Amino acid sequence: MADDLTIIGKSLTKPDAYAKVSGQTKFADDLAPPRMVYGRILRSPHPHARILSVDTSRARALPGVLAVITGDDLPVKFGILPVSQDEEALAREKVRYVGDPIAAVAATDEWIADEALELIEVQVKTLPAFMSIPDAIAGGNEPIHGQSNVHKAVALEFGDTEEAIQAAAYSREDLVFFEGNTHLPMEQHAAVAQYGADGKLTLWTSSQTPHYVHRALGKVLELPMSRIRVIATPNGGGFGGKSDIFSHELVAAKLAIVTGRPVKITLTREEVFYAHRGRHPVLMKVRTGFSKEGRITGMQFQSFLDGGGYGSYGVATTYYTGALQATTYAIPRYRFEGVRLFTNKPPCGPKRGHGTPQPRFALEIHLDKAAEALGLDPVEIRRRNLVRPDSRTVNWLRITSCGLDDCINKVVEGSRFLERRRAMPSGRGLGFAVSSYLTGAGTAIYWNDMPHSEVQLKLDRNGGVALLCGAIDIGQGSDHILAAIVAEVLGVELEDIQLTTADTDLTPIDLGSYSSRVTFMAGNAAKAAAESVRQRLLQSAAMALHCDPEDLVARGRRIFRRTRPEDGLSVAQAVQLVEAEQGVVTGTGSYTPPRLAGPYKGSGVGPSPAYSYSAAVVEVDCDPRTGEVRVPEVWIAHDIGRAINPVLVEGQVEGSVYMALGEALMEEQSFRLGLHKFPSLLEYKSPTALEAPVMHTYLVETIDREGPFGAKEAGQGPLLPVIPAVANAVYNALGVRIDEIPITPDKVLKALHDKGKRVGPKSVPAFGFPPLIKSDVPEEWRGK
Amino acid sequence: MSIADKVAVRLRVNGEDMAVMVLPYKTLLEVLREDLGLTGTKHGCELGECSTCGVLVDGKPYLSCLAMPLDLEGRDIVTVEGMARGSDPHPLQVAFAELGAAQCGYCTPAMLLTAMALLDRNPNPSRQAIKDALSGVLCRCTGYVKIFEAVELAASRGAAGG
Amino acid sequence: MAATNPGSAFIAGGTDLVPNLKRRQFDVSALISLNGLGDTAVVDGDADGGLTIGAGATLDELARHPALDGAFQALAQACDQVSTPQVRCMGTLGGNLLVDPRCNYYNQTHAWRKAVGFCMKRDGDICLVARSSPRCWAVSSSDSAPVTVALDARVTLQGVEGTRRIAAAELYKDDGIDYTNKRREEVITSVQLPASDLRVTSAYWKLRRRPSFDFPILGVAIALAWDNGRIRAARGALGAVGSRPVEITSYLEPLRGQHPDDDLIARVADAADKPSRPLDNTDLNHYWRKRMTRVYIERALRDACGLEPLAGRLSAQVGNDRPR
Repeated sequence: MADDLTIIGKSLTKPDAYAKVSGQTKFADDLAPPRMVYGRILRSPHPHARILSVDTSRARALPGVLAVITGDDLPVKFGILPVSQDEEALAREKVRYVGDPIAAVAATDEWIADEALELIEVQVKTLPAFMSIPDAIAGGNEPIHGQSNVHKAVALEFGDTEEAIQAAAYSREDLVFFEGNTHLPMEQHAAVAQYGADGKLTLWTSSQTPHYVHRALGKVLELPMSRIRVIATPNGGGFGGKSDIFSHELVAAKLAIVTGRPVKITLTREEVFYAHRGRHPVLMKVRTGFSKEGRITGMQFQSFLDGGGYGSYGVATTYYTGALQATTYAIPRYRFEGVRLFTNKPPCGPKRGHGTPQPRFALEIHLDKAAEALGLDPVEIRRRNLVRPDSRTVNWLRITSCGLDDCINKVVEGSRFLERRRAMPSGRGLGFAVSSYLTGAGTAIYWNDMPHSEVQLKLDRNGGVALLCGAIDIGQGSDHILAAIVAEVLGVELEDIQLTTADTDLTPIDLGSYSSRVTFMAGNAAKAAAESVRQRLLQSAAMALHCDPEDLVARGRRIFRRTRPEDGLSVAQAVQLVEAEQGVVTGTGSYTPPRLAGPYKGSGVGPSPAYSYSAAVVEVDCDPRTGEVRVPEVWIAHDIGRAINPVLVEGQVEGSVYMALGEALMEEQSFRLGLHKFPSLLEYKSPTALEAPVMHTYLVETIDREGPFGAKEAGQGPLLPVIPAVANAVYNALGVRIDEIPITPDKVLKALHDKGKRVGPKSVPAFGFPPLIKSDVPEEWRGK
Repeated sequence: MSIADKVAVRLRVNGEDMAVMVLPYKTLLEVLREDLGLTGTKHGCELGECSTCGVLVDGKPYLSCLAMPLDLEGRDIVTVEGMARGSDPHPLQVAFAELGAAQCGYCTPAMLLTAMALLDRNPNPSRQAIKDALSGVLCRCTGYVKIFEAVELAASRGAAGG
Repeated sequence: MAATNPGSAFIAGGTDLVPNLKRRQFDVSALISLNGLGDTAVVDGDADGGLTIGAGATLDELARHPALDGAFQALAQACDQVSTPQVRCMGTLGGNLLVDPRCNYYNQTHAWRKAVGFCMKRDGDICLVARSSPRCWAVSSSDSAPVTVALDARVTLQGVEGTRRIAAAELYKDDGIDYTNKRREEVITSVQLPASDLRVTSAYWKLRRRPSFDFPILGVAIALAWDNGRIRAARGALGAVGSRPVEITSYLEPLRGQHPDDDLIARVADAADKPSRPLDNTDLNHYWRKRMTRVYIERALRDACGLEPLAGRLSAQVGNDRPR
């Protein structure tokens, strides 16, 4: 089949490329409807306080101010997860972090709006703030929400881990900390709202999840969803940071309704740090038993998540810190305990890898240490524990394709890891790690029986194809994936496809650009839609050509006989035949993932129709006098299933490596005196072109049986192994263990002078996890 | 300030002379985007910390968010809209499109213009010279690799002066 | 103009001033552009007879200028490492010498400073990094300033009362707010690098997290005058460890009359970090920055002596080894 493909598998230019290189792409902030005014949001200067009163009268009196609203104007609570409806567009009773929205202004220009914010008088009673995991656990008189700062605590066990570890030939325990960091898309979030005289609201927003924004607008504004149209504009980078529902989206909409004028709110860079929803800081304890051959006998994993002021995706994140350990390694007995705490910081949420880079970091360091103790090399200990294709994990996750073995071979051979690591020059080191990731969450945020992705096609008499889908391109190339799949199936060219995406009035549902789901799910929907139309084209063509439809091929804008290629007609002619006979030529396709959740409470997070796999070798160059770490070269292999467009996949892999190196070496959300230490692009350190390493990218194709043309995902998985590979490389270079990120030069120097040659957490706080939910293990694991 | 405080400023943008009434405290970024409709220049941090708003002034990379229009009268300003010749994209634009060097596309205009300034000075830059030249424009999507490769591809096709 | 407009400020490149204005760190009623002052030569003279550099020269021009290839290379190294290519194309030498001292309690938006409580540098009355301090500890964050001090440059200031020329070291005051002896209505018009009968070498080493964008969190400028392979005179200054460039010339005294070797340089560097007193108000840990001072003094000294600066060790600061 592969040889027959003309578009899939080719590094073609994506459909939105020329708009982007010409500056013609319209991002949300580029929109300016006639009569537009500007909205700005007043944010809390207190990490934790009770609001006593908000007086907007002076702001309202300022010339140029058209409206001022407060929490009382938008009293309905919302949240991305049905279980965490704990946010308000503008805080009413309490503020929970510096940056929490309190009031908003619409004015004729931004300077006036800013001035008006200064005139709003807010009386508060400040409360003690909880700024760390131990603070939050210790609690105080007034928790951040409800009765306790514990947002979510989970405890699951699959088989008797204690017995398995006790009986093991070798066991060890490690404590690891992963500092929080943020997405930092280059585009600040922006939204433009317009309320028409017909009573219809339109919101253009740089959102990864227009469908959920649509739902939230309906709920909070108390308007029927049929009167609301959400159009996601191309995102100037997302990385998970635009996949929540944000205050400014709801506020812009409300201000548009109040003023009758289009309202734009563009967050400042500082505000983006407060909007956040980024990587949770996670403190972890991992304990594993090994046979003397290095095979894992059982594992216990604990995670403590610093969640920030609101729930966001946090319940899912908590489960994710425990879900994918067993999709990488065959773990016969597994226990996971996790707790997410509310703290008085901007809310954390999903960032590239959602909840899995932190445990991956812990696990891959832990395995490196175990390998050394067992006298195995770092590659061998992984090879002895790999999951197998077409298997099931002890926590009931179904594995289909798995190219991890191949990925390992590629990077180990490419970097000559095993030969070179024992003979690196002074200060140089090599580190290795592997990982796995989801190809879309198997369960939707709102549990129902409906599809996760839908695509609609309408064919033109001239052979053009209108493709409608709710998916939004955030730079990852989803527009290309949809167009390429439909063009391939219908036998037309890429430029014949006209895309309309992410417009809730026009496009059928796609749940959003998160959890690496778009290629797999929207791709499968696109394929199904195209196949349904092709079937009809082939039938009509077969009648005209007096042959069997089975004998026909669609390619190069023609439909022709496989055996006699000169015998055929154009796709346009085929469309005309169908249209003449049946009317407008349309087709739809949907994708619903198989039901994969295991038989236990909490099994909804982790299942995915397929898992991607990655392996990385990182080379570091360390300065032992300063502790500085530079990364000159990275080898990364990724099991993509199939590369629908190799150049776009490479771009996702390289971008993941880049983001991982930033997290490993410099990026951190740190707080001081109750607020973000440096909410700016200068002081939040994002790597520059000068720090870009040489990257060797290997794509491994496993042709997943359920993926569209066998494809899986590339947007998130390749980030995962890189961070621990950096830490393992620093150990190889200098003999020190930095068991927390970012690995900054002061920590490296401290470790070099430390007796234990280590910097990292020394304990976890005392916390009473709930009683373990003891699940059965799948049949194949019984007795093992 | 009020409308009455607007001042006339004459700018030469993409080879066209333009006269526009602006509030004198508006930056070049704001005037380009809001008064001249040139939204290809992107709005970044507004503090000179990302260079997303980069343009060329007399062929050199400049930050439009920190440049005051009144100070730029008589200077030659080029934005991404000025790169193409008619409908023909600049070879750098073609190379960026072909190699996937524009993912989200938000840093792309500044990246392209900075690369164009480099190629005009150094038609066959080394990888290190490309890294140096682009070191002021942050990109969060690509890891920069495809961008370096696209500049090299454009250079190999003789993009300088194009 | 400045004399008659009390709320005015001069603007050249604007790369330091405009962000500060946007963050409302000062109020300005008018900006007076220095860019129309005509084309004074960027660089005049040579290393033997002394160089005069126009204050309006951009950092980019100076980073590449052939006249700064030899004795005065430290100035080119410093200009080349300021921020980004964009900022170097806009920013001027005069502007860089007068970079407003920085502090990560101060270089923040108005809303942030309001949330944390205003500091004495603007709107408040305490220093947030040293709460009992009567003075402001904002950090001199210029790359060129310590170089001009090490090179014993003269700075020409022009104001309504006429023109005066002062030593670069005299330009600065040890205070994060009131940091310069330049009068408000004065403008730096040029910088003179002195002539020397002797062979002069110089070097500037900059510590920062990233090789682009970042201000120095430590800068070391060294200038050496040589006589027959022996050091006749040594001058040095540190950047970003105080509110003004901190001279370390007296600590370099043991180099005088010596053929410098690894051991001597290391010993001198170990002692010369004494006046470095970084506080917790820039990027990275200040104890670490203090420890780095002697390492960077050693590297800058070695560089100025023509020795391999890293003594065989590779640095993570990729910015320092790129070709100019």
